[in-house]
Amino acid sequence: MGSGTSTQHHFAFQNAEKAFKAAALIQRWYRRYMARLEMRRRCTWSIFQSIEYAGQQDQVKLHDFFSYLMDHFTPSSHNERDFLSRMFTEERLPQDSEMEGCRDYDCIEVPDSYMGPRLSFPLLPDHATALLEAFRLKQLHARYVLNLLHETRKYLVQLPNINRVSTCYSEEITVCGDLHGQLDDLIFIFYKNGLPSPERAYVFNGDFVDRGKDSLEILMVLFAFMLVYPKEFHLNRGNHEDHMVNLRYGFTKEVMHKYKTHGKKILKVLQDVFCWLPLATLVDEKVLILHGGVSDKTDLELLSKLDRHKIVSAMRCKTRKENEKQAEKGKANQTGSAGKPSPWFLPQSHSLPSSPLRLGSHKAHKDSRSSSVPCSIPPNPQELSRQVRRSVDLELERCRQQAGFPVIKEKKEEPLLFSSEADSEAGELLQPTQEEWRQVVDILWSDPMAQEGCKANTVRGGGCYFGPNVTEQLLQKYNLQFLIRSHECKPEGYEFCHSRKVLTIFSASNYYEVGSNRGAYVKLGPALTPHIVQYQANKATHMLTMRQRISRVEESALRALRGKLFAHSSDLLGEFKKHDKDKTGLITLSDWAAAVESVLHLGLPWRMLRPQLVNSSTDNMLEYKSWLEDLAKEQLSHENIQSSLLETLYRNRSNLETIFRIIDSDHSGFISLDEFRQTWKLFSSHMKIDITDDCICDLARSIDFNKDGHIDINEFLEAFRLVEQSCSEGNASECPQATNANSGYSRPDAH
Amino acid sequence: MADDREREGTEIAVAEFHKKIKEAFEVFDHESNNTVDVREIGTIIRSLGCCPSEGELHDLIAEVEEEEPTGYIRYEKFLPVMTQVLLERRYRPIPEDILLRAFEVLDPAKRGFLSKEELIKYMTEEGEPFSQEEMEEMLSAAIDPESNSIHYKDYITMMVIDEN
Repeated sequence: MGSGTSTQHHFAFQNAEKAFKAAALIQRWYRRYMARLEMRRRCTWSIFQSIEYAGQQDQVKLHDFFSYLMDHFTPSSHNERDFLSRMFTEERLPQDSEMEGCRDYDCIEVPDSYMGPRLSFPLLPDHATALLEAFRLKQLHARYVLNLLHETRKYLVQLPNINRVSTCYSEEITVCGDLHGQLDDLIFIFYKNGLPSPERAYVFNGDFVDRGKDSLEILMVLFAFMLVYPKEFHLNRGNHEDHMVNLRYGFTKEVMHKYKTHGKKILKVLQDVFCWLPLATLVDEKVLILHGGVSDKTDLELLSKLDRHKIVSAMRCKTRKENEKQAEKGKANQTGSAGKPSPWFLPQSHSLPSSPLRLGSHKAHKDSRSSSVPCSIPPNPQELSRQVRRSVDLELERCRQQAGFPVIKEKKEEPLLFSSEADSEAGELLQPTQEEWRQVVDILWSDPMAQEGCKANTVRGGGCYFGPNVTEQLLQKYNLQFLIRSHECKPEGYEFCHSRKVLTIFSASNYYEVGSNRGAYVKLGPALTPHIVQYQANKATHMLTMRQRISRVEESALRALRGKLFAHSSDLLGEFKKHDKDKTGLITLSDWAAAVESVLHLGLPWRMLRPQLVNSSTDNMLEYKSWLEDLAKEQLSHENIQSSLLETLYRNRSNLETIFRIIDSDHSGFISLDEFRQTWKLFSSHMKIDITDDCICDLARSIDFNKDGHIDINEFLEAFRLVEQSCSEGNASECPQATNANSGYSRPDAH
Repeated sequence: MADDREREGTEIAVAEFHKKIKEAFEVFDHESNNTVDVREIGTIIRSLGCCPSEGELHDLIAEVEEEEPTGYIRYEKFLPVMTQVLLERRYRPIPEDILLRAFEVLDPAKRGFLSKEELIKYMTEEGEPFSQEEMEEMLSAAIDPESNSIHYKDYITMMVIDEN
C-alpha cells in the first residue's frame, strides 16, 4: 500500500513536472511568435513612412525644377514663352477682379431633382449638422459649395494669423489632428465626443484634405461649423492646404471628379481660402497648436504680423528680391537671409545629404553636419547669387542641348519674368519676403527629433527637424506650457516627446491601410491637462486578430515596396552585376541587401524583409535576373513588354500626373501632345532619364488613345498599362525581354 | 589549411551576423543614439531567430546591461554578446512536432483539444506565466468560439504557416 502511494506521488510529481515543462515550452514558443509579429509590424511601418516621405521629397524636387525654370529660363522662341507662361500663370495670386467673377454662384441653377441639402446664409447650427448627415449619401450642389466657400473666405479674412482662444467660455476644448479626407473618422469623433457647440470647442490642426476620398466633404463640414460657432470652432492651416500639394496627393483629382462643370471654379476659390486659414491657435496663452512644428528661428511676433495670404504655396515661392533692393538702396538687409533659394540639384556649399533618411535614424545627418547648426546660415548672399547664376547658365545649356532646344546666343544677365510689366510691379509688392516664407514653411512642415539642435528636414524637403532644446527655448521665450502639433502618423494616433512638452496628435485612423494605426484626439481640461482618446474607425479591424491585422497591412506595404523595386529594375540590375564579377548570374543574399539599399535609398531593414521579397534563393545565393523577371511579371500581366519604358513611367508616375495637372492649368482634363512632349523632354533631361526622342514621340502618341492630338489625363492614368496595350496589338514575341532593360527603348521588329 | 578555411568561414558568418544584428537593433533605436529600451531587447533577440525562455532572456539582459542599469542597452555591449549567441546557435527554435507533444502532455485524454479554462489555467499558472494581456491575445486567435476550445493541432499549423 505504502509503496503504491509513493508511486502515485512519484507519477503525480512527474506529471506535474511534465505539465510545467510543457507549459513553459508553449509559452516560450508563443513569445517568440509575438516578438516576430511585432518586428514585422515595425518594418511595415517603416516601409510606408519611407515611401510616403520619399514621395514628398520627390514632389519638392519636381517643384524646385519648375521654380528653377520659372526663375531662370529664358525662352528662345515665342512658342516656348507661351507654353511656359501658360504653365505658370496659376502662380499669380488671384486678383480681386477674378474673385468677383467667381461670385456668380447665384446664377447657378439648382434643379428640382436635387435632393441634397439646400443651404442659406447665415448658416444655422442645424444646417451644419444636416450637412454631416447628408454627406453619407448625397453630394452638395456646386452652387452651395461655392456659396459656402465664399462665406468662409469672408470670415477667415478677418481672423488673425494666430488665433487666441480662451477656455473660460467653453468648458473644454478638443484638438484633432490630420484627417486627410477620411470622413468616417470625423463622423466618429463627433459621435464619440459630441458635436461642436458653445460649450464644446474644437480645434482642427490642418491636413483636412488629400489621400482620402472625402476631402471636400470634410472641408464643407468644418467650414460650416466654423461659420456657425465662430468663437468655439477653429481651424489651422496644414501643409496639405496648398494647391500645389493637392495636385499630387489627390484633392484636385477628387474635386474635378465630383464637380465636372464647376470644379475649376471651386478649386480656384479653395486656393484662396487655404491661404486665409490661420497659421496657429493659442489656448489661454499657454498651449500653442500648429500643424508641423517650430524651428530655432521661429518668431511668433513676425508670424503674427505677416500677411499670411501672400504665402500661396510652400512648394514654390517667388520672393521679393531682397538683394537687388539692397543694392539699389545701399542698405544692409535686416533679415539676414539669402536672396534666392539655391536649386537643390546644384552643388551646395552647405551641403545637405541628397538621399531620404530612414525615419528615426538620422545617421547620414550626423556624419555630414554638426548637430547644433541652425537651419539657415547661408554664405554671403551675393557670392551665393553669383555662384548660382554661373552654374545655372551651365546647367541651362546642358538641359537645352539634351532636350533639343536651340541654343541661345545672347545670355541675359537678369532672368525674365513672365508677367507683364505692370503685373510684375504689383506682383513684387504682393510677394512675401524670404524670411516670412520660411517662417510659415517651418511651422507647417517641421518634425520633432530626439537629438538637440535644429537641422533642415531633407526627408520631406521643407521645414526643419527640431530638438528638445529648440522646444524649450520657444516655450520659455513665449511663456508657454506645451506644443500640440500633427503632421506625422503615429501607430497609436498620438505621441509625446521632448519630455511631454510636444504632443503629436493624428486623427486619421487606418491611414496607410486598414489596421495600420489608430486615430486620436486630445481634450484639454482644467489647467490644460491633456486627455487622449483613441479610436479606429473601421468595424472590420475589431474583428481581426492582431496577427490578421498585421498581415493585411504588411501585404499592402510589401506590394508598394515591390512596385518600387520594379520601378528601379535597370538600376538594380546594374548594381547586382557589380557584385557578380565572375558573371555567374548569382549573388549572395547579403549583396542583394546592400545593392537594393544603394539603389533605393529607403533606409529599410532589407535583411529582415528579405524572406518576404525573395522566395527563390537556394544556398544563400540568388539568381538575380530571374528575380527581377519575377518582379516584372507580378507588375505586368503581359510578359514581354518594353519594360524599360514602363519602368520609367512607373517610377515617375506621380511626377507625370503632377506635370499633367500643372500643364492642364484650366483643369480641362486634356493637354496637347506637344505640351506633353516638351515638358517631358525638359523634365527627363533634367532628371537624367535616358529616353530617346522616338521614344517620347511614341509614348505621347500611344497615350493619345483617340488620336485627336490631345491627351486625356484621366484616361491615361486609369489605363496605366498603355505599353501593354500597344504591345498586345503587335506580335508579343517580338517585344524585347524585360532583362534588356538598360538598352533603352527598342522597337519590336517589323516582320 | 582546414583551420584557415574554417576561420575564414567564421569571419564571413560573423560579418553577416553583425549586419543582421545591426538592422534589428536599429529598428528600435528611436533616438538614433545606438541605444534601445531594455524592454525591447526580447523582441530583438527573438526576431533574430532565437527562442529563449524568460529566464534565459533575463540572464542575457544581465550580460548586456550597464553595471548601473539605466533602462537602456547600448549597441556596443549588445553586439558581441548577440554575435556569440548566434555563433553558438543558442536558444534554437522549437520544432513543430515537439510543440505538438507539449500540447499533448497537457491533454492526456488525447481529445485533440484543450478547453478555454484549461488553456488559461496552464498558461497563467504553470511554466513562466503569461500576463493578462498575453493571455487575452493568445485566446483571441487560438480559441474556436463555437466550441470554446483550442484545437491545438490546427492552431499550430496555422501559426507555422503564418511564420513562413
